[in-house]
Amino acid sequence: MRITVTVDGVDYSDEVEPRTLLVHHLRERLGKTGTVVGCDTSNCGACTVHLDGHSVKSCAVLAVQADGREVTTVEGLAREGRLHPVQQAFHRNHALQCGFCTPGMIMQAIDLLADNPDPDEDEVRHGLEGNLCRCTGYQNIVRAVRDAARQMRPGAGPDAERVDEAKLVGRTPTHTGGGGE
Amino acid sequence: MTATAEPEASDREVGKARLRKEDARLITGATRWTDNMQLTGMLHMALLRSPVAHARITAIDVTEAVKMPGVLMVLTGQDVAAEQGSLPCAWPITEDMLAPPAPSLAVDRVNFAGEAVALVVARSAAEAHDALAAIDVDYDDLPVVLDMERAVADDADLVHPDLGSNKSATWIFDSAEAGTGADVDQALADSEVVVERTFRQQRLIPAFMEPRSVVVDPSPDSVTMWSATQVPHILRWMLSAVLGIPEQQIRVIAPDVGGGFGGKLQVTPEEVLTLVVARRLGKPVKWTETRTESMLSAHHGRDQLQRITVGASRDGKVTGLKVDLLADMGAYLRLVTPGVPILGAFMFNAIYKFPAYRFTCTNVFTNKVPTDAYRGAGRPEATFAIERIMDELAAELGLDPMDLRERNWIKHDEFPFTTVAGLTYDSGHYEAATDRAKELFGYDALRREQSERRANGDPVQLGIGISTYTEMCGLAPSRVLGALRYAAGGWEHAALRMLPTGKVELITGTSPHGQGHVTAWSQIVADRLGVPFEDVEVLHGDTRVSHRGMDSYGSRSLAVGGVAVVLAADKVLAKARTVAAHLMEAGEGDVEFAAGKFTVRGTSTALSLGDVVVAAHVAHNLPDGMEPGLDAEATFDPDNFSYPHGTHLCATEVDTRTGAVKIRSYVCVDDVGKVVNPMIVEGQVHGGLAQGIAQALYEEAVHDEYGTLTTATLADYLLPSAVDLPHFTTDRTETPALSNPLGVKGVGEAGTIASTPAVVNSIVDALRHMGVDDVEMPCTPMRVWKAINRRGDAVPTTPGAGGGLGSVNVDDQAHARGGAE
Repeated sequence: MRITVTVDGVDYSDEVEPRTLLVHHLRERLGKTGTVVGCDTSNCGACTVHLDGHSVKSCAVLAVQADGREVTTVEGLAREGRLHPVQQAFHRNHALQCGFCTPGMIMQAIDLLADNPDPDEDEVRHGLEGNLCRCTGYQNIVRAVRDAARQMRPGAGPDAERVDEAKLVGRTPTHTGGGGE
Repeated sequence: MTATAEPEASDREVGKARLRKEDARLITGATRWTDNMQLTGMLHMALLRSPVAHARITAIDVTEAVKMPGVLMVLTGQDVAAEQGSLPCAWPITEDMLAPPAPSLAVDRVNFAGEAVALVVARSAAEAHDALAAIDVDYDDLPVVLDMERAVADDADLVHPDLGSNKSATWIFDSAEAGTGADVDQALADSEVVVERTFRQQRLIPAFMEPRSVVVDPSPDSVTMWSATQVPHILRWMLSAVLGIPEQQIRVIAPDVGGGFGGKLQVTPEEVLTLVVARRLGKPVKWTETRTESMLSAHHGRDQLQRITVGASRDGKVTGLKVDLLADMGAYLRLVTPGVPILGAFMFNAIYKFPAYRFTCTNVFTNKVPTDAYRGAGRPEATFAIERIMDELAAELGLDPMDLRERNWIKHDEFPFTTVAGLTYDSGHYEAATDRAKELFGYDALRREQSERRANGDPVQLGIGISTYTEMCGLAPSRVLGALRYAAGGWEHAALRMLPTGKVELITGTSPHGQGHVTAWSQIVADRLGVPFEDVEVLHGDTRVSHRGMDSYGSRSLAVGGVAVVLAADKVLAKARTVAAHLMEAGEGDVEFAAGKFTVRGTSTALSLGDVVVAAHVAHNLPDGMEPGLDAEATFDPDNFSYPHGTHLCATEVDTRTGAVKIRSYVCVDDVGKVVNPMIVEGQVHGGLAQGIAQALYEEAVHDEYGTLTTATLADYLLPSAVDLPHFTTDRTETPALSNPLGVKGVGEAGTIASTPAVVNSIVDALRHMGVDDVEMPCTPMRVWKAINRRGDAVPTTPGAGGGLGSVNVDDQAHARGGAE
């Protein structure tokens, strides 16, 4: 099947097997290896990206489901050489060690902050519950997300991503593809 | 370097919470994971794994598989039997240890479910996996051996009938024989109080986040392997030994590696097989595992049955300690499998002054995934058993468990102290760490609250758990490793390249996979040479760049590898001083070095290190006979282990109606000696705590009666998520190690070693008045409930649900997780 997906602001038109998962399409066809695969069961969240501005686990979305839609990966967050506030906060708060979960964790954190710009510790922990980290014990991740929230009030989504603001109207906290909550 | 002035405290890099250099590519997705590699013409390998735990392979039919689209090659064990050799075991713990041959691809028998039996190489990974389904294997089932106690019985079925026994080896340490203490049987016979317990160390799965991956690029004259490994140097050596490829023709690269925790301290079947097929086809080949493959075939950790006996006088002085272990090897002996429980032998006596000690460990084969190193490797097991039984002894004696510990631990003025296990602890201050922890925890207030809740019959009871641990790390003095029959050394290497622009390249033999060595090593070099932190580049993990090394495990990187960096820098400075003296026409004894500058005492003559580097590089004017350049290298072999210690306190609330456990407060005060980067150290402690707490509450690798791993996905194996873990309160005391010039001890394993018994002790403490004296790990609500209600056998204990499924209702308590059973 031929699909056209906008990834990090660039349109890509490709022939894909219907069974191809979005994460494999991103990694293997488009070279977007910043997004990674950590499990087979949509538990770990390492592959989290944004699809039309909502976080999804890209191992739980078929590439064909992304046809005509907009995908943002961790590689598309920095703007004009400036890191996204959540990326900065992860660095500043030592919220990563091996860094394998980090792309998914950052994408989920941005989504969380779009839903709730000022989460308390418990809300951050629940908002990241679908993203596993084996290195940090989560403490510095929680700290980073709250730090980012302070830096970027009133919310990250439309500003941080190349997504029409109109598409975010009526956004609901229920995500497609097994995203975070 | 006596004249090397120390920089002002505020200018010092060491001790500063430097943000990590490593982060830049990790937070932007510009990473170099092995699976990201794409080489021209690259093919993909997939492995067919046995669904049965023990069987003869009677036939394998690959005729349909080879016809599948994109398939280039299908191989069975018979096809590679002559070439694949036997996977290495580098730690034959006894002279008469039984060890079976360990083929990468099973030839005529499978010995655990998940063992590879055939491989496919195809143009794409998907095509390779598709073809696996077309391979037909006939298995003739053999009796499955799973239970260690049954495995060591006289009439047991055998995992390896050729060996004649399921006992691989028995290893004994006896303090009377070693001359380090008295006879333990006599000591126990003479004791006023004797407490004996059996604890189970459940099997765990390291579960690093990055699945393993291997890429091999063969060329006619050399072969390059990228692997998600902790041990590129050991891997290169072992690949050469196993496959007979000359070592100089093998280059191993560990690029970005996504966690290891001991799980990537291995020479794997998959590395061997990828290399074999890439050479046969003359094409680059990649293998990347699925998560389920990882859980079914990458080595597991722990899995011991521990019988421990402790004697004491009525007034609470310990008199003797006896430990009998059964340690599950699984089906094969991997790289250091047999040695893992032996590392624990020196740690059961912990921080206490036992006068007599005997340790016996029997290593047992079963039809399960091989075990090997997992964060702490032998020491968490030992620490758990001793810290648990100290609580049991305190209960028996009617003493506060902290009071009992204080009566028996080594006092700070008794260091250096040679223990009953024969180790000499160089430094420590258990009183200071404990005082600080109790203060942060509010120990006395929590004890009062506990009494009130007991008196009121509160359905949610409060428990306080203690773990006053130490560990031996910084692996290790080569001489000691040799005496323990470990095949490799324990030194570490570093080299400094002084570049003509004044910048520095540091090559380390350690192989980081998340620990932040690039940042910490830069800090060490910056301080030592007086160069800016930013001017130091750290190179590692490529055997062509860093040719000498023993890699990263056992909390050794800083305590051994970091010290090698210091020694190399000191060599650079020693030569630079001679050059500087020559250039400044001064006597070497009059030359001082501080903050990157050489000066002549009592004059204004000065020369920066950068100037000296250039002078040494161009070599226009060097002392007669001096070689150009300031590059230097050094190898450090410690003469002792290092001994971090600390006090961990855990308060849990246990719902006596449901068995649900909630950690209310977790405080730890660790003493890891001098600290290079406190931010990184704290992060290591957090991660260590998470894994230790996960053993206490959540994780367990479970096999059914056929030997099938029923927890082979992250939906079944409960890796804790952010809602499953508490906020940690951490602090440090600082007693410098005396065994190395940095005064550092290592921190990678401390949190994991210490935390598990603190959590379990707190749960038992909450329920002690209800007659509970043990809860088996992981302490799921069902196990806790069964302990309260004395429902041992009548109710089956099933594993908890996996993490990350979004299964928790926001309104629920986080601690209800794992309660899906």
